[in-house]
Amino acid sequence: MNMAKGRFGNLKGWLYLLPAILFLGAFLVYPLIDVFIYSFEEGYNFTSQTYYGVGLYNYSYVLHDPYFLQAVKNTFILVVITVPLSTGLALLISVALHSVTRFRNLLQTIYFLPYVTNTLAVGLVFMILFKKTAYSDGMINLLISFFGGSSIDFIDGPYWAKMLVLCIYTIWVVMPFKILILTGALASVNEDYYKAARVDGTSRFRIFRKITLPMISPMIFYLVITGFIGAFKAYSDVVALFGTDLNAAEMNTIVGYVYDMLYGDSGGYPSYASAAAIILFVIILTITCINLMVSRRRAQG
Amino acid sequence: MEIVLQNLTMKFPSRDRKKKEDVIAVNDFTFTVPDGELIGLLGPSGCGKSTTLNLISGLLKPTEGRIFFGKDDVTNLAPEHRGIGLVFQNYALYPHLTVRQNIQFPLENRKGKDRLSKEQMRAMADEAARLVQIDQLMDRRPAELSGGQQQRVAIARALVKQPRVLLLDEPLSNLDARLRLQTRDEIRRIQRETGITTIFVTHDQDEAMSISDRIVVMKEGVVQQTGKPQEVYDSPANLFVAKFLGTPPINVFEGRLRGGWLYIGEDKVLRICGAGEDGGSGASGASDGTHGSSVPICGETAVRGGTGQETLPDQDVWVGVRPEGFLLRENGPFACDLNGVEVMGRDISVLSRNRASVNPTVRSIISTESRVDTSSPTVRFALRPEKVFLFDKKTEKRICFTLQQGDASCTAGSLNESGKKVCPAKAEHLDGTAPDLADRQGARR
Repeated sequence: MNMAKGRFGNLKGWLYLLPAILFLGAFLVYPLIDVFIYSFEEGYNFTSQTYYGVGLYNYSYVLHDPYFLQAVKNTFILVVITVPLSTGLALLISVALHSVTRFRNLLQTIYFLPYVTNTLAVGLVFMILFKKTAYSDGMINLLISFFGGSSIDFIDGPYWAKMLVLCIYTIWVVMPFKILILTGALASVNEDYYKAARVDGTSRFRIFRKITLPMISPMIFYLVITGFIGAFKAYSDVVALFGTDLNAAEMNTIVGYVYDMLYGDSGGYPSYASAAAIILFVIILTITCINLMVSRRRAQG
Repeated sequence: MEIVLQNLTMKFPSRDRKKKEDVIAVNDFTFTVPDGELIGLLGPSGCGKSTTLNLISGLLKPTEGRIFFGKDDVTNLAPEHRGIGLVFQNYALYPHLTVRQNIQFPLENRKGKDRLSKEQMRAMADEAARLVQIDQLMDRRPAELSGGQQQRVAIARALVKQPRVLLLDEPLSNLDARLRLQTRDEIRRIQRETGITTIFVTHDQDEAMSISDRIVVMKEGVVQQTGKPQEVYDSPANLFVAKFLGTPPINVFEGRLRGGWLYIGEDKVLRICGAGEDGGSGASGASDGTHGSSVPICGETAVRGGTGQETLPDQDVWVGVRPEGFLLRENGPFACDLNGVEVMGRDISVLSRNRASVNPTVRSIISTESRVDTSSPTVRFALRPEKVFLFDKKTEKRICFTLQQGDASCTAGSLNESGKKVCPAKAEHLDGTAPDLADRQGARR
């Protein structure tokens, strides 16, 4: 009787899960396996559904493609600069917001606004700020020349200038969410810890370093991990700033490369696209595992 | 370290914007904590006892009044400069630090010439840990400790900096019943061993009575009574204190005084006389020299001035009878409907009903030697007069009375042998003013 009930309960559980399993299977697991298979099939053709052979040639091609290497370089620079900077800045702003009592809600709303704004619209704003046209040098260039510097073309100019704009843009876009999470985390720390520290005469800096930071560290790790993943998958931001011809602008990312291989001007190469996608998948998986290991060790020791 | 609270008042602005009135959490609290004593701040939730503790700790600044630690006025001193150890209700142990790191945390804050070497800190932490008997657990984290052990760590952290005053906020409320009993003895032992003046807050009268040298009973921000636990129990200043102290709680009846007799319902239970001048003199005499106001502990209605043996005026009163104040007597004057008997081993508790009772059941505790006839529908009691308290119907203040045995009239001479005086002389003055406070006030001026 008990067994039957247990089994029945089990069955019911599976029934509830069925819609999700079906959807995930059809739209996530199956494509994932399919991409994995494509990545080993040389010269696969969508229309004829044929390929020449099976092997590692796709990977070899992608890894030797200068465009791909450029994309990898761009992606890594973006990740390494924006993830720590955006998290650090978000932490700073959240702590400041947390210590403000008046207008806190208003300020929180203002800081959250970029999150609800469309990526392309924000890109447009950045274009106005940075782009040099025949008619105007853009806001930032006006400022630079006001202080005696020479103007720079941030959108079509030197590589570092373009990368700078991309980093600023990315940080600006991802920060609101991090601020939201961190202000929540700060608010959830029990006031008694601070009171206890105050009675013991703890300095403000020490309170922050020894109490606040460890208390909200799980949330910081969460933000770092999701930040890494998000930055590795950057694409729409780059398009918003530099248009769709990213290879020419030297600003392509890995996801951009995959897209170009599938649909871009050089498109029609699903095998290469699949190989690049699998490489990206492996990179993100590795970094996330490392992140998790580090955070787990921190939590233990 | 003697602690003096002088007219301490704390007001909070009302949350309700329509009402302009402030919420008064603590109202004109004056009290002296003698050096090295364990004081229990006792009251129902919301009575201002935690606010008082926070005022003493310095986490809150009083609206009015002053706080002295010994000779030092600490009213405007920040908490870290007061030399206090504070144990929070939830212990507030840092979860990411080990027990040792938690205990050493206050020591690591010291700067300049107060700075300690690592060895000194270790030694001090070890000593504090030994005192509360957790020296085996130094490398654990708070999550790996039981509630009682966490409590000890919190106490060790408060003690490690050798505070002048130890403050405990509801120290036992997060522990289970057995641990509570054990921990309260532990707190008592630690306080005795260190000799640190300790104030703890509790809503549990049992807890406060059992370990305090002195208790302070509070209600709605106002101190109701202070004194040694037994004295306060034996001689409550008003109905609230009487009801708040004691388990099982006191039985309250509606009664009336008619011609020198106390009636509960239709039963003529006790012959009552006025308390007279020496009734409240112990208290009022002491206060006359200091504060001017002379509130006798038994309330204003006591007949004063005459020979002291006048009949109390006829009036309606609240009658409080402690459960142990009932004596089973076959022809006792007080009759109740028998409800049931609970045998508790050490004694028996008799549950009965009476129309005049405020509580639904009257609970009386009888020694096991007496036999209760459970077949009888009624049970008759005599009352032990020292366990019977009268309170004014309106002010709920205590009414002093003296007792006459038999039908003797209330005359002056009858007090000595046959009459028992049922009124406290020893309990402290209501507002706790100590004589030396007046000296201090004078010195400051």
